[in-house]
Parts: sequence; structure tokens; C-alpha cells
Amino acid sequence: MTWFGKTPSPADLAAGDEKAEALLRRTWSTPAGVLAALSTVDHKIIGRRYIATAFVFLMLGGVLALAMRLQLAFPEARFISADRYNQIFTVHGSNMMFLFAVPVMEAMAVYLVPLMVGTRNIAFPRLNAFSYWIFLAGGLLLWTSLALDTAPDVGWFAYVPLAGPQYGPGKRADIWAQMITFTEVSALAVAVEIVVTVFKLRAPGMSLDRIPIFVWSMLVTAFLVIMAMPAIMLASSSLILDRLVGTQFFNPSEGGDALLWQHLFWFFGHPEVYIIFLPAVGMVSAMISTFTQRPTFGYLPLVLAMIATGVLAFGLWVHHMFVAGLPRVGSSFFTASSMAIAIPAGTQIFCWLATLWDGRPIFKTPMLFIIGFLITFVIGGLTGVMVASVPFDTQVHDTYFVVAHFHYVLIGGSVFPLIGAIYYWFPKMTGRMMSERLGRWAFGLIFTGFHLTFFPMHMLGLQGMPRRVYTYPPELPWAGLNLFVSLSAVILAAGFLVFFIDVLRSVRHGPPAGPNPWNASTLEWAMPSPPPPYNFRHIPVVESLEPLWTSGEALPVATGLRLDRRELVVSSVTAGEPEARESSPADSIWPFLAAIATSIMLIASIFSPWAVVWGAIPVAITLTGWFWPKQTPEDES
Amino acid sequence: MKERIALDLSKLPPHGMGSASLTFWGTSAFMLIEGTGFALAIAVYFYLMSLAPQWPIKAPPPDLLAGTILTLLLLLSVVPNMLVSRWAKQRDLRKVRAGLVVMAILGLLALIPRAFEFPALHISWDDNAYGSIVWTLLGLHTTHIVTDIVDTVVLACLMFSKHGDNARRYGDVEDNALYWNFVVLTWLPLYGCIYWVPRL
Repeated sequence: MTWFGKTPSPADLAAGDEKAEALLRRTWSTPAGVLAALSTVDHKIIGRRYIATAFVFLMLGGVLALAMRLQLAFPEARFISADRYNQIFTVHGSNMMFLFAVPVMEAMAVYLVPLMVGTRNIAFPRLNAFSYWIFLAGGLLLWTSLALDTAPDVGWFAYVPLAGPQYGPGKRADIWAQMITFTEVSALAVAVEIVVTVFKLRAPGMSLDRIPIFVWSMLVTAFLVIMAMPAIMLASSSLILDRLVGTQFFNPSEGGDALLWQHLFWFFGHPEVYIIFLPAVGMVSAMISTFTQRPTFGYLPLVLAMIATGVLAFGLWVHHMFVAGLPRVGSSFFTASSMAIAIPAGTQIFCWLATLWDGRPIFKTPMLFIIGFLITFVIGGLTGVMVASVPFDTQVHDTYFVVAHFHYVLIGGSVFPLIGAIYYWFPKMTGRMMSERLGRWAFGLIFTGFHLTFFPMHMLGLQGMPRRVYTYPPELPWAGLNLFVSLSAVILAAGFLVFFIDVLRSVRHGPPAGPNPWNASTLEWAMPSPPPPYNFRHIPVVESLEPLWTSGEALPVATGLRLDRRELVVSSVTAGEPEARESSPADSIWPFLAAIATSIMLIASIFSPWAVVWGAIPVAITLTGWFWPKQTPEDES
Repeated sequence: MKERIALDLSKLPPHGMGSASLTFWGTSAFMLIEGTGFALAIAVYFYLMSLAPQWPIKAPPPDLLAGTILTLLLLLSVVPNMLVSRWAKQRDLRKVRAGLVVMAILGLLALIPRAFEFPALHISWDDNAYGSIVWTLLGLHTTHIVTDIVDTVVLACLMFSKHGDNARRYGDVEDNALYWNFVVLTWLPLYGCIYWVPRL
């Protein structure tokens, strides 16, 4: 091949060198067929799968929400039994947090980060494939248990002693705890991949001050995952041990402590909010910049605000425990730190407002969702400051006020930007545009339905309606508002339905998008839509924060990577200077088989601790296949 | 979009060593995950201790002998471990092979005193919260040792194969040495918690 070992001439590039592109395509393509589909390590294919699966879980979780609203629409309704209701709200919360919110944000990163930093695949692509299959298995475990009427019924937080061996007989809490293991293994694997991709696989010249803000947001998020999720793994493992082999971590009569569970859970649970929110910060920044056609105002303050949010996120967990009887000094500290997080949040909001103020906003569908995000998230943030205050929190704790607050924060802070981001990046992922008309309908219904559903819950909470009750007596003054909320939830669901219809329709029938339909500035738009298997024909050389806006007629590129092998450029952490070429692994069935072996081991260990011992054997076999050495370029050299 | 050539990458080495290797950063990230897990487990130990009227709960402090022998053995193993890392950097295949065999043997030797540590605790995992947390700490670290032994044995086999003598494998040896140092380092606070805190 003409380019091996030497730099192509400008004439080669000008001619397009179709042979070279054909070889690149053959090197990086995933062949057709089921086996190949199970073996692929292409980050784009895995990212799309991840996103689609997470949205399926969103839809299923939404159906459960509608079921709950049907039950609560009327006092003393009998549509759903108390036991089934407990399962439904547990699966709804667990599903939305562990199977939708965190995975979908990481999935967006799996797809976008390698494109945005200018590389051809994510770091550790086989681990990436494994993480998807493990995530899917965890989701199937939870939903199968619901179908079999054995789903967890202890809330998404699984507080002990309710989830402990004494009050939670059967295997329901074990299923919850093991579902956590599945999703955390998957989340941690992706976090490691993102950190290493951002640190080491950035295009030449992409120094720290030229990293797109979305990539920064995912880097901070990945570190949050790495630091926070061991807490929930420790907690869920301890819970399983208490239930399976009789350890006494949470048993007060033998020196354990129920509050230990809450400390561990919320040490993870509060950063979890920012694990979901920070990617949205990155998405909003990217979209606002594009739809105002100017760089985001305050790049450095925005990045510092995200890092500050990440650090402060670990100092807030006790504000979930104000009614647990902790010392007053501790509560005061956590009140102060909870309020302090308003500073970086405010910085972000003002940076976006300044960008909008100084630019000429184009109100396409993604921008509508950003406006929806700004309004909704600010309201959620204000009620957040309210519940950070001990006296107020004591009054509204475990009422619908809190339900309203966290839905404002989570849906306002994450789902609105995410839906906007789907409209924004859909053309890149599929090569087709989504419908602007249906997009506006979807936004109108979702925004209206959301506020009509959740704002009245603040009032229900102030009137004293508790969370997690499956019904209420007619004498209490909650029936009218509950009916109103339930009807509004249908409007919200209709909005999501329009969105899903738009996605399904546009995949095949949307108008062709072209490489850069929004005239955006970052590298993912420098290639055709959808991207070819190798992402970039030549690795770009980055000379500014907005390479597509500042490079003029021609994008600077680097040549010299081999075409007949999967090669990536490794660059230095700070300056983004090229250091080495690195082989990227070929497709392999072993990550899929390893995920099956691991899943069988984890599910069997719900029933017997010996499953860990015997299950380790097939896991070891599949890992051996995974890591079996092949001839490498270094062998030849 | 049109392109213009700005850089030639063909002269770059086909694999980066040290911090230029992806595996180094992956290993570091996993050490951060595990380190956080160990730190939290130690926090749980002190949390439970703060609640208990006496510590250890209904048990004498663990016997020191097995744990101390293991600690000394682990500290001793750091010397050949550093040498293996140095030899890998120098790409000295003969010494790397010998060093990995020594490290695999040292790892297996470490499991002998570890086996005696569990009975030396004088308590079962299900007796009370103290028993649960000390068994968990020891169990976590044993898993740590076992996984590293497996890694070392597999790597040793690879270094004796035709795939051994290349930059990527030497990098793997360096990363394995880094991880073993981490195994030793994490043991020191655990050793203090399990054996000396009950004697304070």
C-alpha cells in the first residue's frame, strides 16, 4: 500500500486516494452477521446500542410511572395492590437512576468523546463491549424479576433494616443489590475508558485548554463515578453478605448500624445527581455555542465550575439524612456545603446567559429544550436550597415536596438537555435530521406536561401527602390535585411518545443531514454523517478550541498511521503532543461470553456464596480467551 | 472538509512505555477505584468502632504473628518487584523472566501466613459487626493478592513465549509491578487497623 511507512504527498490527499480509504474501511469495519454484531468493539455501534437500550428502559420506567399515577388518581383505588405498588415504585426509581440516567450519559460519551477528541476508537474497546453486555444483563435481571412478581420492593435506596434479612425475606432485596453490582461494574468500566481516552487519545495539539466543554464534563463525571461508586458497591455487597452469609453490618443488636447504610448509600447517592447533571452541562454548553454561533462565554470558569461541583458533590450526602438524628454541628456543615454548590451552578447559568446575550440565538428544537432546562432546573435548584435547610427539610421530608424537587432537578437538569442533545447529535449518529415540527410538538407537550405534573406535587407535599403510599383516604384534601397530576402525566407521556415516534421515523425517513448541518465547531462534525468506521480519514491536528470555525478552508491533519492495522495516536496529557502509535484491539466474541459468564456467576450468587467460587472458573476461561495474545506490530518490530 | 497535512506520525514508536502507555492509565484508574473502596472500608471500620462500647466486640485482639510475617514478606517483596520494573524498562528479557518467577513465588508464599490470619482474628464473620468488618478487610485484600498472583503468573508465561520480547509486554510488566506496590501499600493501613488499633 502506498502510504505505509511514509508520509503521503499532497497529491495523494488531493486525489482522495480511494484505495487508502477502502483499506481503512476494511480495517475498522464490523462485518455483517449476528456473530460480528456480538463481537464488535466499534465505540459508535456500542454507543448507539447503549443509548437505545437506555431509552427503552426510560420508556418502560415511564410506563411504571403512569401505572402509579393511575393508582393515585383516585382515593382508595384498587388498580394495584400495596405489594405490587412497592415493587413498581422500587423498579421505577432503580430503573431510572441505574438503568437510564447514568448509563445514557455514559453512552453519549462512549459515542461522542472519541469523535470530539479526534481519535478512531475509545480506549479499551473490548472492555467497552463488556460493559454494555453487563449493563444489559443487569437490566434484564431487574425487569425479569418484575415480570415474575419477585421484584425488589424496598425503594431505589433499599434502606435497612427494611432491606435486611429480618424484614426483607425472600430474594427481592438481593436482586436489587445484585442489579447494583451489574450496573456499577458497567459504569466503572466506562468511566475508566473515558478517563484514559480523554487523557491519552486526544488529537495532536488538543491541549487542556482546547478540550471541548462536553468532553471536560464527561471527564469530571468519570472521576465522580470512580470515586463515588465504590461506596454503593461496598454498601450493596455488605447487604448481600448480611442476607446471604449472616454478617452483621447493619444489625444494631450485634454492633452494626442501620445508619451506616444511609451514609454509604448517600456518599454515592448525592454525587450520583452530579454524575447525571454534569454531562448535561457539557451538552448545553455545546448546543448553546452552536445555536448562537459563538464560543461559549467563560470557558475557564465553566470548566472550573464543573470541577468545583465534582468536589463539592462529595460534601453533601448528609443533607439526605437531616431527620436521622445526627449531631447539629454536622447538619450545619452539610447545610452550608449544600448551599455552596449554588455558586458553581450559578456560574454555569450566568455563562450560558452571557453566551445567549452576546450571540444571536437560533431557536431550533435543541434550543427549545435548553430554554426548558434553564427554567426547570432553576426552579429545582431553588427548592434544593429550601430542602438544604434543616427546619424546612424536617417538615417536608418524605413528602411529595421532595418527589417534586428531585424530578425538577433530574428531569429539568438532565432529561431536557438530553432530549435536546438527541435532536442535536441525531444527524451525526444516523445521517438524517429529525423533524423540526414534531420536535416542537414534543417539546411543548413534554414541557407543559412536566410542569403540570410535578409543580402541584410541591403543594401536595406541603399539605402533608407522604411518598411511597399506594393509596390515601378520601377524607384528606389530596384527591383533586392527585387527579390533576395524573391527567397531566398523560400529557407528559404523550410528549415522550411524539419524541420516540420522531426518532423511529427519522432513522429511515429523515432528510439527509450532511456532515455539519448546524455549522458547529467541534471535531465530530468534521466527518461525514454517520461517521465511517474509522471516524477520521486522517487524524486532525487541533490548533484552537473551535477547530472547524478557525481552520479556514482546510482542516490540518496528521498522516503516518498504518492503514492495514487498527492504530491510534497516543498523546501527552497536558499539551496533547503525540507520543506513540498504539494498536487498538480487533473485534472479539470473548467480551460477550465473559459478560454471560459473569452474569451467571452474579445471579447464582444471589442464592449461594459457592456460586462465586464455581462461577469464577468460566469467567477465568472467557477472560483467557479475551486476553489471548496475538501477533502484534511490536512482535514484528 | 478539505485537509492539509500538518504532521507526520509515522516515526512514532508503535507502543508507548510508562505514562505513554494506555495500560498504565487504565491500571492507575483501577487502583483509584480499589483505593477508594479500601478507604471506605477503613472508614466503615472506624465508624463501627465509634459506636461500639468496647473494641473489639466480644473478642480479644487478633494474634500478631501471622499478620506481621505477611507484612514483612510483602515489604520484602517490594525490592525484587522494583528490580523487575527496572529490568522491564531496560528490556532485559532474561532478568525479567527470572524476576517474574520470583514475584509469583513470593505472591504464593504470602498466601500461607494469610491463611493463618483468619483464625488469628478469634472471631467469625457472623458473630458481630467487628467480625464482619475485619473478615471483609482481610477478604478484600486476599482477593487483591490472588488477582495479582494470577496476573503475574499469566505475564510470566507470556514472557516465556514468543510474544514476550516486545515493548507492549515490557510495559505490562511495569504496570504489574506498579500494581503489586499498590497491593503492598494498601495493606499497611489495613494491618494497622486490624492488628494495632484494637491494642490502642
